[in-house]
Amino acid sequence: MRMLEIGDFGKRFTIHHLGQTMHAVEHIDFSLDKGEFIGIVGKSGSGKSTILKSIYRTYLPDEGKIIYNSERFGDIDLSTAAERQIIYLRKYEIGYVSQFLNVMPRTTSRQLVEQALLEMGESEEVAKAEAEKALIHFELDPKLWDTYPNTFSGGEKLRLNIAIATVKKPRLLLLDEPTASLDHQSKIKVREIIEKLKANGTTLVGVFHDIEFMEGLCDKVYDMKTRQLVMQAGVVSES
Amino acid sequence: MYEEPILQVRNLHKQFGPGCVQCSSSSDRHLEKNYCPNCGTVYACQNLSFDLYPGEILGIVGESGSGKSTMMQCLYFDAEVTSGEAYIADGHETAYENVFELSSQQQRFIRNHKYGMVYQNPVHGLKMNFSSVGNIAEKLIAAGNRNVADMESTSKTLLESVHIPLFRMKEAPKNFSGGMQQRVQIAKALSNNPPILFLDEVTTGLDLSVQANVLDLIKKIQRELGISMIVVSHDLAVIRMLADRTIVMLNGRIIEEGLTDQILEDPQHAYTQQLVYSLL
Ligand SMILES: Nc1ncnc2c1ncn2[C@@H]1O[C@H](COP(=O)(O)OP(=O)(O)OP(=O)(O)O)[C@@H](O)[C@H]1O
Ligand SMILES: Nc1ncnc2c1ncn2[C@@H]1O[C@H](COP(=O)(O)OP(=O)(O)O)[C@@H](O)[C@H]1O
Ligand SMILES: [Mg+2]
Ligand SMILES: [Mg+2]
Ligand SMILES: [Zn+2]
Repeated sequence: MRMLEIGDFGKRFTIHHLGQTMHAVEHIDFSLDKGEFIGIVGKSGSGKSTILKSIYRTYLPDEGKIIYNSERFGDIDLSTAAERQIIYLRKYEIGYVSQFLNVMPRTTSRQLVEQALLEMGESEEVAKAEAEKALIHFELDPKLWDTYPNTFSGGEKLRLNIAIATVKKPRLLLLDEPTASLDHQSKIKVREIIEKLKANGTTLVGVFHDIEFMEGLCDKVYDMKTRQLVMQAGVVSES
Repeated sequence: MYEEPILQVRNLHKQFGPGCVQCSSSSDRHLEKNYCPNCGTVYACQNLSFDLYPGEILGIVGESGSGKSTMMQCLYFDAEVTSGEAYIADGHETAYENVFELSSQQQRFIRNHKYGMVYQNPVHGLKMNFSSVGNIAEKLIAAGNRNVADMESTSKTLLESVHIPLFRMKEAPKNFSGGMQQRVQIAKALSNNPPILFLDEVTTGLDLSVQANVLDLIKKIQRELGISMIVVSHDLAVIRMLADRTIVMLNGRIIEEGLTDQILEDPQHAYTQQLVYSLL
């Protein structure tokens, strides 16, 4: 089943005080089926984050289409969907993880994960139990559960970030450089986390600068330079 | 669309002054910012249209004088609009009637039963010499409550929920710190269980830790009570923390509107870009 289809997508930025418009990306085409994992590779500045942020609508897409198969709305073009629909999808269907942790200050790790569930309408008991499960699952040291994450290491922040995004069991998860600035050991952990998510049937779009690391895990790789899907070993056909 | 707005605002217009030939045409006004240099008329709000959805926090940002407080005062019937419409969809007898055209009695009913307001300046929202409990009881009486014991216990529960210590509840807000006064205002605004809450610069002038406290409280109210809120602030950090969607105002007009993270990371309008980049 087709989950996401990006057709002739492009994004421009106009910086008014410089009187400049620049194309961050153009003519991007790729698609993926439910449960697949696509990796996007390309050098810095090639527009990888721009694609992810446009899917999540943090950036306002302006060319092409981003068709997402929603459980609630059916096929919906994320580039033109109403803001309230996007808010719904972010709450229930689509997750986004960046290497930066962008959360309410003075809120503990545990509370952050619980809040994600409370916002979906879960009861306090369910939120508490599920939050603990997620924190254990992503191996955040219990010593850190009741502390504020602003002092966490990069790897700890990332695992908390992933816990917050995945506790809602999104159908589509967007990962922006989840391995950047991590040491080798932490990268292996991230790989394991992605393996677990994939095993649970989550559809994933991930941006990596060191894609070799995801070798064997991605079903497809989209190369920003050639604007082509390159098949990974083990994948027979792409459509 | 898959849901109905709880509040629809259409072409809300508020001007101070009669206007003249130079400034009367809405499509071609010759203004300096929001001011007509020829006749001195101030166009505080010009044709504001937007929707507020159930359970959402809508942020309003804009520089000083952009018309934010004037808009809130018009919505809350503290000031009369020059023209415009607003509709509340909340299944009562005046649903789908332009609330700006209702009688003052009907408007009072809406204020007492549908709306809560937290003013930028606590002096406007509280009787500084009444006890805190008395302040809340006043609003409860306006909403039709008569049972003194009930009102006292409701007031106590509300004040407790905004962390006013029990032993200070009979004290007058004039003795309280700014943050405490804002929390009493919030308790008062919540006392009639309003589906719609207006918050004007609630954290301005509070020190950072108190500010964080009030922000937490507002988030909690949204999560647990599902109240729809319009939150005005010129502080983008506050808006980022609270609002799902954000409207940007300049010189009495809406110049941009979008998901809050999109407004902050991919602002479209030159003014919004200036606002956002100057912060970074
Ligand atoms: N009673 C009045 N008579 C004349 N002009 C007024 C009156 N009330 C407000 N204004 C003008 O309307 C404009 C909008 O004022 P308003 O208080 O709504 O701004 P604001 O966006 O809330 O600003 P701030 O961020 O400083 O609180 C300003 O130019 C103000 O001077
Ligand atoms: N919010 C933005 N405003 C203006 N330009 C941007 C913005 N985000 C990205 N860009 C520009 O778009 C191009 C692609 O950036 P990005 O998507 O971050 O690349 P990558 O993630 O591949 O390193 C860059 O030239 C970058 O400067
Ligand atoms: Mg990037
Ligand atoms: Mg004001
Ligand atoms: Zn004039």
